[in-house]
Amino acid sequence: MTSPLLSIQDLSVHIRGDAGIARILDGITLSVPPGVTMGVVGESGCGKSTLLRAVLGILPRNASIPHGKLEFKGKDLIKVNWAAARGRIGFVPQDPYLSLNPVFRAGDQILEIMRKHAPGTRKDHASTLIDLFRAVQLPDPEAALAKYPHQFSGGQRQRLLIAAALACAPDLLVADEPTTALDVTTQREILALLRGLVSDKGLSLLFVTHDFGVLAALCDRVTVLYAGRVVESGLTSDVLRNPQHPYTRLLLACHPDRAVNLLGIPGTVPAATQQPEGCRFHPRCPIARAACSKEVPPVTEFANSHLVACPWYADELPEQALA
Amino acid sequence: MMVLRVLLRDPVATLGLFIVLFAIFVAIFANWLAPYPNDAFESHLLQRLKPPSVEFPFGTDNLGRDIFSRVILGTRNALLVAVAVITAAMLIGVPIGLFAGWREGWLSEILMRTTDVFLAVPQLILALALGQLLAPGIGAAMLALALTYWPFFARTVFAETRRLRGSLFVDALAGIGASPLRILFLHVLPNAAPAVLVRATIGMGFTILTAAILGFLGVGATPPSPDWGLAVSEARQHLPEAWWFPTFPGLAILVLVLGFNLLGDGLRDAADPKIRRSKR
Amino acid sequence: MARYVIRRLLLALPALFGLILLTFVLSRVIPGDPAATLAGDAATPAMIAEIRAQYGLDRPVIEQAFIHVRQVLTGDFGKSVFSGRPVAEEILQRLPATLELTFVALLIAVFLGVSLGLFAALNHNGIIDHLVRVVSVGGLALASFWLAIMLQLLFAMELDLLPLRGRVDVALGLPPRVTGFVLLDSLIAGRLDLLLNGISHLILPAITLSLPGLATIARFTRSGVLEVLQKDFVLYAKAVGYGRFRLAAIYVLRNAVILVVTQIGLLFGALISGAVAVEAIFDWPGLGTYSVQAIISADYKALLAVTLVVGFVYAVVNVLVDVAQAIIDPRVAEDVT
Repeated sequence: MTSPLLSIQDLSVHIRGDAGIARILDGITLSVPPGVTMGVVGESGCGKSTLLRAVLGILPRNASIPHGKLEFKGKDLIKVNWAAARGRIGFVPQDPYLSLNPVFRAGDQILEIMRKHAPGTRKDHASTLIDLFRAVQLPDPEAALAKYPHQFSGGQRQRLLIAAALACAPDLLVADEPTTALDVTTQREILALLRGLVSDKGLSLLFVTHDFGVLAALCDRVTVLYAGRVVESGLTSDVLRNPQHPYTRLLLACHPDRAVNLLGIPGTVPAATQQPEGCRFHPRCPIARAACSKEVPPVTEFANSHLVACPWYADELPEQALA
Repeated sequence: MMVLRVLLRDPVATLGLFIVLFAIFVAIFANWLAPYPNDAFESHLLQRLKPPSVEFPFGTDNLGRDIFSRVILGTRNALLVAVAVITAAMLIGVPIGLFAGWREGWLSEILMRTTDVFLAVPQLILALALGQLLAPGIGAAMLALALTYWPFFARTVFAETRRLRGSLFVDALAGIGASPLRILFLHVLPNAAPAVLVRATIGMGFTILTAAILGFLGVGATPPSPDWGLAVSEARQHLPEAWWFPTFPGLAILVLVLGFNLLGDGLRDAADPKIRRSKR
Repeated sequence: MARYVIRRLLLALPALFGLILLTFVLSRVIPGDPAATLAGDAATPAMIAEIRAQYGLDRPVIEQAFIHVRQVLTGDFGKSVFSGRPVAEEILQRLPATLELTFVALLIAVFLGVSLGLFAALNHNGIIDHLVRVVSVGGLALASFWLAIMLQLLFAMELDLLPLRGRVDVALGLPPRVTGFVLLDSLIAGRLDLLLNGISHLILPAITLSLPGLATIARFTRSGVLEVLQKDFVLYAKAVGYGRFRLAAIYVLRNAVILVVTQIGLLFGALISGAVAVEAIFDWPGLGTYSVQAIISADYKALLAVTLVVGFVYAVVNVLVDVAQAIIDPRVAEDVT
């Protein structure tokens, strides 16, 4: 395997709050080789947004990174500062309605990114941007430059933001559920667009979602998070067809092709300040043993680097858990 | 009491509450607290314009009266004026707001347009014109202030009533046959109370300030009243020699208005959890 | 945009019309016979009757109201009971002085208020933040007349740094009147000495007058910036690597200023109110001193006219504020039309 573009090793993020220190991420390891699309999946509160903010260098002020590495193109961003990666990592945010400043022209907001992080004059940038607008199939690309955000529809704004993410010709694209705020038809179009762009330009993609359907359509590899830890990772086809961790198995059994929804699994995600000892899933796990509440589960590796953080993967799940 | 607990958690609002309570205490016991309670009216020409000393902590004024005593006695005036004005403004504004909010029709429309007219001129200017036309004096000034402040209550209550009128519980009450008056006074008004209370507290500060300006301009309190604004006005002829003469009555205005403003801010934050969160 | 401005102007009309009616009602509730007041102490019944006819006071009330409205709309506010000159003329004479003072005060308030508010928000819960919070609450509790006297006492009387009163030194005299604004007129006349003298006279009254506005603007800028900093688009801008300065000073501030601009309309009321006392104390020959004089001489015509003029200016300022808001925030004009 070639050396990864983005390599996250044993990354932890803690957030200080009124209720004490929350260990939002606890020893995350994950890597994105060049040209690979990596999906990160988990329910709300599992830490996927924090992971994304860590990669982008926009953790809140009360967050700290006690240990771990976050290497982009061989440089540890935690040590050398994220400025080194600006422009090289494109970001597609979750909500196209809220992510553009309403009182500035959309074009100017993107040109400002290019002014900071791409070589060339404003004129060069503008013509690059119009080409990008055409590539993301924005209607009337020349006129779009002078419009305000509220003059675009939601789907058009997401196209704008994808163009913005590509504006500085990045190596890695980071996307935060970029379709949740859109209607189903538009979702499909945006995903198709994203898939086309990523494969045309040979980009790497780190894609955060709670939707297995989106994941299956877009990602080569997948990492499943639960309560700030990786529980399973591997090729998308392996993980979806042959899930090993009880959490993944339950998720897929409940909703094989829809959003992650834990209604089918008894109990709730633990509060980030009161994480259980041992395996964090054990209070809700139907096959938990006594040892699960004491020791952090070892990782087992299958073919195609399919990793599972549960030693009891071979156990059958009881019938009623799957019902 | 929930509000009080939230309020006491905010040190700035607690300071405001403390100032206001202290002022009320001073006002009630003014005659016992003031070293020379008769200095409201008596003059002692032999001890004119004496600088602050142990005998006269804030010095004496142009008629030889103890400024410390007059500041204490003036607290009573300031609070009485503010309470009277705000009460009167509430008695006018709250029913109008309730009525106009509850009924839709030409009368409500006229009432709310009238509040617009009153809000179209700065309060002080309107109060000056009214106060002058009604013959200068503290009574006229109070009436003028009440007549300029009621629209704020009408607006607040109007908005709240309109919001609640469409709500489910009002529909339910109307469904079981509760009379409109009963609904308005027993159910709508208590819901509007926090907003009215905040308005009233901020209005107290505003009224004390405006009444002081009126007193200063000669439209409010008249001599020999121990009014703070009037004292600052009288002091102007004795500057720069008697710096203490305007300083202490002015500080009293500052502290009391500050107290009401801080308390009002705290109440508003306590009554509105949304603001409280964004204040962080 | 033009349609928006016209719409906004039309919306202001009913309140102004109501104000004209209100002044009419007020002029009728004055104790005593207005004709007798106008005629003066030594008037004979015949003179009073003549004045009554002259002012239309013998006509039915409704008709009188119409006359009042017509007079006001044609700029006829009657004659001053005190000086005998037309009130409109006297007001026009004094209006520039008040506008000059309030404009400079507003400028100080906006510039300092926005800067302080921005620094406070960026230094959230730091020392600057706490200082600004104290200033913003304290500024609103200060009686302008008292502050004016304290500043006079310190800077003019004790330290002798700044002039005590007036618009320029009496020895220098006012520049030839073109606009009525001393600063502009001295520039037009090419009198640098007058300009500097005018500025030195402006400092104390303008600072006094600006304080409540400064406090309000600092406070709203602070909370506005804090609110905007929580928005998704700020996080996005950080993620895509906007410059720190640009983010704070331009990107965020513009959104916060929209919240502040709304306040400026309301502030104008506080400025005008403050101007009455401040002008009286600094002998500033504007509408404030005029109204104080009108109070002393019981000149109700002048007082009502000032009320009307202030009401009109107030309405115009509020329309301007809304228009400014529509320019800064492109969504506003479109929502309404």
